[in-house]
Amino acid sequence: MSDMKTYKPNSLLYLDGVSVSFDGFKALNSLSFVVEPGELRAIIGPNGAGKTTMMDIITGKTRPDSGEVFFNGTVDLTTKDEADIAQLGIGRKFQKPTVFESHTVWDNLELALNRKRGVFGTLFYKLSGEDKDRIEEILATVRLTHRKDDLGANLSHGQKQWLEIGMLLAQEPKLLLVDEPVAGMTDAETSETAILLREIAKTRSVVVVEHDMGFIRDLGVKVTCLAEGSVLAEGSIDFVSNDPKVIENYLGR
Amino acid sequence: MITSFLLKSLDRRISIAILVLLAIAVLVPVLNLAFPKASALHMPTYVMQLFGKYLNYALLALALDLVWGFCGILSLGHGAFFALGGYAMGMYLMRQIGSRGSYGDPVLPDFMVFLNWKTLPWFWHGFDMFWFAMVMVFVAPGVLAFIFGWFAFRSRVNGVYLSIITQAMTYALMLAFFRNDMGFGGNNGLTDFKDIIGFEVQADSTRAVLFAASAIALALSLLIASGIVRSKAGKVLVGIRDAESRTRFLGYRVENYKLFTFVVSAMMAGVAGALYVPQVGIINPGEFAPGNSIEVVIWTAVGGRGTLIGPILGAILVNGGKTIFTGIWPEFWLFALGALFVAVTLFLPKGIVGTVAEFMAKRKAKPAAAQKTAEATGAEQAEAAQ
Repeated sequence: MSDMKTYKPNSLLYLDGVSVSFDGFKALNSLSFVVEPGELRAIIGPNGAGKTTMMDIITGKTRPDSGEVFFNGTVDLTTKDEADIAQLGIGRKFQKPTVFESHTVWDNLELALNRKRGVFGTLFYKLSGEDKDRIEEILATVRLTHRKDDLGANLSHGQKQWLEIGMLLAQEPKLLLVDEPVAGMTDAETSETAILLREIAKTRSVVVVEHDMGFIRDLGVKVTCLAEGSVLAEGSIDFVSNDPKVIENYLGR
Repeated sequence: MITSFLLKSLDRRISIAILVLLAIAVLVPVLNLAFPKASALHMPTYVMQLFGKYLNYALLALALDLVWGFCGILSLGHGAFFALGGYAMGMYLMRQIGSRGSYGDPVLPDFMVFLNWKTLPWFWHGFDMFWFAMVMVFVAPGVLAFIFGWFAFRSRVNGVYLSIITQAMTYALMLAFFRNDMGFGGNNGLTDFKDIIGFEVQADSTRAVLFAASAIALALSLLIASGIVRSKAGKVLVGIRDAESRTRFLGYRVENYKLFTFVVSAMMAGVAGALYVPQVGIINPGEFAPGNSIEVVIWTAVGGRGTLIGPILGAILVNGGKTIFTGIWPEFWLFALGALFVAVTLFLPKGIVGTVAEFMAKRKAKPAAAQKTAEATGAEQAEAAQ
C-alpha cells in the first residue's frame, strides 16, 4: 500500500493499513482510505463490515492494533483521546440519536458550541450576543427554532437526529462523521436530511455511513463499500452497485 | 466574575432556602440565650444541639447531591470525607486541652501518654493553631478526593464499580483509624474536648455560635452548589450524567469535570464533619462505617436527588424521624429506614422535592402548552400560505 502515501499530504483524513481485532475477530483488516478536504463521502457495507469500528478508531474510542490514522495530513490520531480529537475538529453523530435529554434544545446547542471546554472556562461562561446569534442560526438550519425551549427528551426521533446534527454544526468541525442518520426516519424526513447534509458538506468534509441505498442515491456522491474490515469497492453509486463483489457480499443477487 | 456567578445561582427556591437558613441562624440562638429557661419561648440547649447536628447532616447530603444528583457519581463513601473533616477539627480540640488532660501532659493528648509515646507524631503538628486546623478541614478530604478521583475517573471507573470502590475506601479508612498506631486515638477516637478558640465547648453560648455556624455554612454551600449547577459547567455535569460519551465526543474532558465536582463535594462534607464534632463532643472511627455513607444516600433519595433543596429536607426529616423513632421503638428503626427507602424508590423515585416540583410544573404547563400548540399551528399555517 505504498502508493497510499502520496495521498497523505493533501488529505483531511488518511487511514492506511488499519487493523484491529476483538477477541480474535478481525473487525478491521488492513483498511485504507482517504477523505479529501470538502468531500462528502458515503460508506456502505453489510453488518459487521467494520463501519462503526472505523468511526471508533477515528474518534479515539478504540486504538488500532496496527496502521496509520492521520488528520490534516500531519496529526496522528492514534495518540489522542476523544476530547482531543473532538477539539481538533472531528465531530461524530451516533447511530442511535444521542442528545442531552434533560436539557432544552437550546442548552444542547449551547453545550456543543465551539467555546472553552475547561472546567473554569465553563464555570464562568456568559452567553454573548454573538453566541446567541450562532445558536439561532443553527436552530434555523436544523429546523428546530419552534422547539428551542423543549427538553431533548420530548423531541420526535427525527428531530433528535437533527438536533444531534445541529450540535455537530455548533462544534464547527472540519470533518463530520455521521452514522446512519436516516435510520427510522420517514421518507420525507429522509430526503430533507439528504438536503441538509449536502448543505453542510459545502463548508466541510462529511463521511456518512448508511444502509439506505435510496438515500445514498439522493446524496449522489462517491461511495466506499466495506466488507469484512476492508475496502471492497470505491466509486460512484452506479459503479459500486454493479460491482460483482459488492453484489455478492452486500446487495445480494 | 465571581459576583455574577453567585447572582446567577439565586433562583426563587434557593433564595428562600438561604433566607430561611440565615433566619434560623439568628433566631434559634436568640431563643436559646435570650429567654430564661422557664419561658415558653426558650429553646432548650439539647434541642438546639440536635438541630445543629441535623444541619451538618444536611450539608453532607447536599455535598452528595452535587456529585450524585448532577454528575451521576453514586458515592457510597461520603462519610469518609465527613469523618476526615471531623478528625481535623477533633485534632485541634485535642491540642486545646493542653495540660488539663487526665495525665496533665502539656503537649501530648491523653491517649498518646497512655500508649507511652514520647513525642507528638509529625502529622499532629500545627493543629494547635485554629487557622491551620481549618485549612486542613478542606485539605484533608480534598486531597483524598483528588487522589481517589484522579485514578478512578481517569481509568473510567463508572456506575456500580465506582460505588463499590468508594464503599471500600471508607471501610479501609475505618479499619486504619481503629488501629492505635495510626495515631488518631484508635477505637476511642478523640473526645473530652475543653474549649474552642478560647471558649468552653459545653457552654450554651458556644453551642449557639456553633449552631449559627452550621446554618450559615449550609447556606453558603447551597449558594456555591447552586452556582455550579446553574453555570454552563453544571450543564456539562448533567450532560455527563445523562450521556457521558456524547459529552466526551463534544470535546469535554469528562474526568476533569468529575474530579472538580468530587473535590468540591468532599470539601463540603469535610466542613460538615468539622462543625459536627464540637457539637457532639466526639469523633471516632465509627464515623467511617460503610452504613453511615449509605444512610446519606437514603436522605438524599428521600428528599429528591438533583434538587439541592431536597437532600437538605431529606436529611432533616429522616434524622428527625430517627430521633423520635429510636426513642419510642428503638429495635424497629432500621426496619423503618429500610421500608422508607424501598417506598421512596417505588413510589417517589424523584423524592419529595422532585415530586412536588413535577406536580407544580404540570399544573403550570397545562394552560401554557395549550397556548403554545395554538401558536405553533398558526405558524405552520402561515408557512403553508407562503
